[in-house]
Amino acid sequence: MPELARTSPSRAAPPPPPRAPGSGEILRTLFATPRSALLTIGSVVLVVWAIPGLLRFFIFDAVWSASDGGPCRAPAAGACWAFVAHKLPYFTYGSYPLHEHWRVNLVFGIGAMLVAWLLTPKAAWRRLGAGLFFALYPMLAFVLLWGAPGLGLPRVGTDLWGGILVTFVVAAFGIVVSLPLGIVLALGRRARLPALRLVSIAFIEFMRGVPMIAVLFMASTMLPLFIPERLAPDRLVPPLIGVALFASAYMAEVVRGGLQALPKGQSEAAKALGLRFWSMQRLVILPQALRLVIPAIVNTFIGLFKDTTLVATVGVFDFLRSVDSARLDPNWAGPTITPTAYSFAALFYFVCSSGMSRYSLFLERRLSR
Amino acid sequence: MLALSSLRRDAVLRGVAIQVLFLGVLALLVYEAVATGLANMRAHHIPVDFSFWREPAGFDIDQHLIPYSPASTYGRAFLVGLLNTLLVAAIGIVPASLLGFALGAARLSRNFLVARLAAIYVEATRNVPLLLQLLFWYNAVLEALPSPQRSLALPGHVYLNDRGLFLPAPVFAPAAVWVLVAFGFGLFGGLACWFWAKRMDSWRSLAVLPVIAFPLATYFAIGQPLGFDVPVLKGFNFSGGAKLLPEFIALLFSLVLYTAAFIAEIVRAGIEGVPKGQGEAASALGLREAEARKYVIIPQAMRLIVPPLTSQYLNLFKNSSLAVFIGYPDLIQVFAGTVLNQTGAAVPVMATTMAVYLSVSLLTSLLMNLYNRRIAKVQH
Repeated sequence: MPELARTSPSRAAPPPPPRAPGSGEILRTLFATPRSALLTIGSVVLVVWAIPGLLRFFIFDAVWSASDGGPCRAPAAGACWAFVAHKLPYFTYGSYPLHEHWRVNLVFGIGAMLVAWLLTPKAAWRRLGAGLFFALYPMLAFVLLWGAPGLGLPRVGTDLWGGILVTFVVAAFGIVVSLPLGIVLALGRRARLPALRLVSIAFIEFMRGVPMIAVLFMASTMLPLFIPERLAPDRLVPPLIGVALFASAYMAEVVRGGLQALPKGQSEAAKALGLRFWSMQRLVILPQALRLVIPAIVNTFIGLFKDTTLVATVGVFDFLRSVDSARLDPNWAGPTITPTAYSFAALFYFVCSSGMSRYSLFLERRLSR
Repeated sequence: MLALSSLRRDAVLRGVAIQVLFLGVLALLVYEAVATGLANMRAHHIPVDFSFWREPAGFDIDQHLIPYSPASTYGRAFLVGLLNTLLVAAIGIVPASLLGFALGAARLSRNFLVARLAAIYVEATRNVPLLLQLLFWYNAVLEALPSPQRSLALPGHVYLNDRGLFLPAPVFAPAAVWVLVAFGFGLFGGLACWFWAKRMDSWRSLAVLPVIAFPLATYFAIGQPLGFDVPVLKGFNFSGGAKLLPEFIALLFSLVLYTAAFIAEIVRAGIEGVPKGQGEAASALGLREAEARKYVIIPQAMRLIVPPLTSQYLNLFKNSSLAVFIGYPDLIQVFAGTVLNQTGAAVPVMATTMAVYLSVSLLTSLLMNLYNRRIAKVQH
């Protein structure tokens, strides 16, 4: 049957019409099927119903300036931003003494500059920046915040710390500790030596199996019992340790994912080149493994940042706790104070968390180029 | 040859040396900590054993699924807290899954308005701490509810006010046992139907019929042995009926809404993780879109969805410990909070609490591993 077989190639068919959704295409999908049309109508009704009320509450009817809660208690008043403006120093510094606020500002300012330096791709001297951030900056921040009477900086006890200051201290400590500790635990979990492996597995599975609140409870009730009284820690220390250890276990699993995804040939090649264990990890394995899991690492950081709110269980005044206690101020009491305070807190956490995830998306795209 | 073997021996020796050193340091630290701890606890008269377990607790708990009074023991209080934790977790999982799957599907919808709204919900919920959402529901929403006298009356004798949600409580006559028996038979019949339908390869959904029909018929045949205890306003509060604490409602709402956002992302990633060729192959075989989804896409997506979904269920269970912030009497609030404060027995109490959470987590991951192994076998 020769007529079934072609002897010459067929003519190329024209490419299918582009299916990039133009605006007409998008509009058509809104009413493509009866169900879609129903969903569209439902969504429009929801938006039309919710948006004007929200705009009225948060912007048009909001009270922008007031010296006390009076104007905010007016019957039709919306969000009481005057309350937030009035309490902003408390939300930021807690009860940190007024004359010493410059120290906190200095720590925030230097930290912001270092972070900007580190996060800018292709910035000059990034290695120096990393050294400053991970080694010098924590010491500087500690001296500035805690105080050094010898240098003319009066001591400020942690019972006066609060607000965004504490949230950032806990989050920064957690981030700085959990990444290296997580890497060590991940390497330990994959070690050939059974003692290292078992201890790492036990630690990781324990931390991941219990809620963070239980870890914080344990840190604050048991830590003071189990270390000698002369080493009695500051009350901020147990939650710091609890948060850091908790995040390390999750970080270890993330790093392990990266290590497992790396082809075995990489470590074999490194060994063939004569690299010892730590050089191999530092030069070959970790740079590749960590790059693979950047989004997951940032997700862990975001989780850690949100989890800092839980330190309030053991009596530490973080940002959320400060907001939650400020809304009970009788001078400002009124029906709109609580929603205003919580909306402001939500905005703060949302901006920080989504900022982190946006940056990780940006980095991921850059690295995949 | 000789050099090689000595190097090998060296590596082994080195390994042993590292481990001995590591374990030695660890043992020393643990020994120091335990010695200090015991000395400290003896000095402060802190109990280290479980002798408090059978002593009367002396405090009341707002919500108890088993009989409890201040005269009950600490052990009983532990059980009450544990059951309350399990209750909120077990009830929360179902709506969280339903909402999560719906949102995940909505995010993939071709209807951009629906996809956009779902994305906004997921982003907003995931980026705000659960504790803040919990406080919002408890302090901003439930606080704004009216007092019992002006409570919101919902259909079916359900009342919502600032004391909680009041529902009619079912009251079973003794004869109601027969409905239960009929339900058992119905289940059995349904199973039989299902196997039969499976062999015939059709009418599988008919299997539901006996499960519903048997108990329903029995219920009416023996004269409706089920009554309702309806809540009635008496003075300043409702009496009768069943009551859900406002703390329970706030915790449930925030857990469900928060977890659903995470489940939505898992579902979306799972469906997007199925190679595009699968859908194209299905439509090339002539399957309609709904059929392709049902027989090709979703079964493969479930493989990617189930493991992270389980860890979200575990997260919901662990996050229920946030109850401590609003005073819902869960395991942490009752046991690691009140019982620990009253007895001072930090070590036994924390150890028990940790053991409960750990055993649930480890059991779940064990089941998960079994499931993964089964799936891996199917995958050739």
